[in-house]
Amino acid sequence: MDVLFLSRLQFALTIGFHYIFPPMSIGLGVLLVLMEGMYLKTDKRLYHEMTKFWVKIFGLIFAIGVASGIVMEFEFGTNWAVYSRYVGDVFGSALAAEGVFAFFLESGFLAILLFGWDKVSKRMHFLATVLVAFGAHFSAIWIVVANSWQQTPAGFHIVGSGMDARAEITNFWAMVFNPSSMDRLWHVLMGAWQAGAWLVISVSAYYLIRKKYATFAKASIKIALSLAIAASLLQLVSGHSSAIGVSKNQPSKLAAMEAHFEESAPAPMYLFGWVNDKRQAVQFGVKIPGMLSWLVTGDPKANITGLHAFPPSDRPPVNIVFQSYHLMVAIGMLLILLSLLGIYYWWRGSLFEKRWLLWIFVFAVLGPQLANQLGWFTAEVGRQPWIVFNQLRTSQALSEAVTHNMVLGSIIMFSIIYILLFVLFLYLLNEKIQKGPEAIEEETAETPRRA
Amino acid sequence: MSLHIVWFVLVGVLFGGYAVLDGFDLGIGALHLFTSSDEERRLMINSIGPVWDGNEVWLVTGGGALFAAFPEAYATVFSGFYIPFMLFLLALIFRAVAIEFRSKQPAHWWRRMWDIGFAAGSVLAALLLGVAMGNIAYGVPLDSNFVFNGTLQHLVHPYTLLTGITTLALFTMHGSIYGVLKTEGELHEKLRGWVKNAIIFFILMYVITTIYTLLYVPHMASLIKTHPILFIVPIITILAIANVPREYYYNRDFRAFLSSCVAVLSLLALFGLGVFPNMVFSQPNPEHSLTIYNAASSPRTLKIMLIIALIGMPLVIAYTSSIYYIFRGKVTLSESSY
Repeated sequence: MDVLFLSRLQFALTIGFHYIFPPMSIGLGVLLVLMEGMYLKTDKRLYHEMTKFWVKIFGLIFAIGVASGIVMEFEFGTNWAVYSRYVGDVFGSALAAEGVFAFFLESGFLAILLFGWDKVSKRMHFLATVLVAFGAHFSAIWIVVANSWQQTPAGFHIVGSGMDARAEITNFWAMVFNPSSMDRLWHVLMGAWQAGAWLVISVSAYYLIRKKYATFAKASIKIALSLAIAASLLQLVSGHSSAIGVSKNQPSKLAAMEAHFEESAPAPMYLFGWVNDKRQAVQFGVKIPGMLSWLVTGDPKANITGLHAFPPSDRPPVNIVFQSYHLMVAIGMLLILLSLLGIYYWWRGSLFEKRWLLWIFVFAVLGPQLANQLGWFTAEVGRQPWIVFNQLRTSQALSEAVTHNMVLGSIIMFSIIYILLFVLFLYLLNEKIQKGPEAIEEETAETPRRA
Repeated sequence: MSLHIVWFVLVGVLFGGYAVLDGFDLGIGALHLFTSSDEERRLMINSIGPVWDGNEVWLVTGGGALFAAFPEAYATVFSGFYIPFMLFLLALIFRAVAIEFRSKQPAHWWRRMWDIGFAAGSVLAALLLGVAMGNIAYGVPLDSNFVFNGTLQHLVHPYTLLTGITTLALFTMHGSIYGVLKTEGELHEKLRGWVKNAIIFFILMYVITTIYTLLYVPHMASLIKTHPILFIVPIITILAIANVPREYYYNRDFRAFLSSCVAVLSLLALFGLGVFPNMVFSQPNPEHSLTIYNAASSPRTLKIMLIIALIGMPLVIAYTSSIYYIFRGKVTLSESSY
């Protein structure tokens, strides 16, 4: 195993672990705003306890998100020094904006969210919740902008050559609104909303099955299901628009996503399949002829650039991208179906008796998590062999000063800590869930209104 | 003032914010195991409970600003100090997690384990920060591409160990005074006792480090030598440090804490004046040093970021102070405490 492979493995491990948490904070942040908003509007104790309960879960998720996030920020420098030099001028301002606008907002007001119930007024607490949710979304904006710049660089020019080459900003707004950033931001945020929504749905469904905290669970599931259906449908739109963007800006990635090898031909869409790299063909697949052409251009006979149009050294690994992409799409469709089923039975008034569906809901929390991870696999592996698309190769972006053993050592360290952290996270999450919210008397119970 | 100098100062301000704020968090952590009962330990942790997370953001933002304004320096330092940095991350993660997880189980062994994690993480983080600063001051071997080409032995030697321990001593003093400010009763008296020892420990280390620096790392004094007006900074440092025991003696805890804050900031300013205009001093080939000019991003990026900073930082300062205001006063334990 060489340093390149190890460094990529370490980045994949640390970012994959980190990315379990921020999407849940973003999605849960939106739900907290809705829940506490309901509390402010109705003054019902139910919504107060609901907000308090989910704030505790939010705090736990946020803490691990921060701890694993600090690693990410410094890892660019430790393992990818050449890359850092190359992109610093462009990437850095996005990262600095993230720190100044997002992180301070998030972590500062989280203190009020968690510890401020008795210290500030209800309205002030609500404001803090709104600001934390904003902060969580801001952080997604800047990091997705930076990552999108790696996918579709814009608003820069190259200064110097060879090992000294680096990108310098020529137009800040062209960098921020590079061709893929808005599509991808939208896609990431909708994935995050689903991650938060399904967490709440899953825990609530569990309570309903166990016949505990029924009032709490029913009210929570309704709020979360509304967010889930909205986000999953919007995700379909943003996914479609992303794919069109990829076909324009990163044709080699699109070709890998659908394993489209011919240099230029109408392309089918596979429902599933296995890519045989040697024969450069898809085996055991089921395809809809012309579907990809139709989806990205509107014409089923339109030619789509295939992998053969690129020299082998410029092609991403096909099967990983193909499988990640197809699994992500399948899960996305499944989540739409589940939200629709949930809404349908809610409308019919029998959702809370449908135990089979509630059981599916309990496990559906894994859906957005998997889809989010697979989406990043598609995006990042599909960008290979480039670290900055068509500009800088991943293999040339490593730190010169770092050796094989150092990276191996840090991978072992991170693996041990992250496994430990994850076990602890699940243990504490489970404990909070088992302990449940404060008991709420049935619907009639209201706190006396303040004059 | 050129944009480069502005950004050198701004990165310094961010790291200064980190040192003043997370400095007392680390100090509280370093003293944590000296307390005896579970209640005392909960009070220690909860004294920083609502703020430690936000305090760490200063480091994250400082790192981001370094990346953005001086990418060469960011790349060289973080890849060159790979092993110490990984240990630093380990320490920070353990600290964060220990604060979060300690209170979740009442079992003795569970709390004991996280107590040790919290204390060890804090001590290690403070030490490594000091070692890193020592290395920047002393100089590290860089090649003509500004890449670190030394080994771990180049990073850990008597001078850097000395700066490491001095930093730990400084934060311990700072944290103990913060603790005095936030507690009452028995723990308050205990902490007052430790403040005295912490002050003595720090002043001792400070004097040794200063002498060592003047004798063996003389380039740290060159800017002040050529610009006598800057001698005001070491004077402020010494006055601030001397004022800490004075205020402490008169039981003026808040003023002692303010003095300690000034001491932390002016020490960092002194460090900044010492290394200026270098970002990373190259030793033994000073011509390979990374300076604020050859390590910097383009003027356009520096200007964009200055706009971001001018919009963002007043907001940050406004809500950081309002959060400190909301959580002012002595710490008490409640249902939502750690």
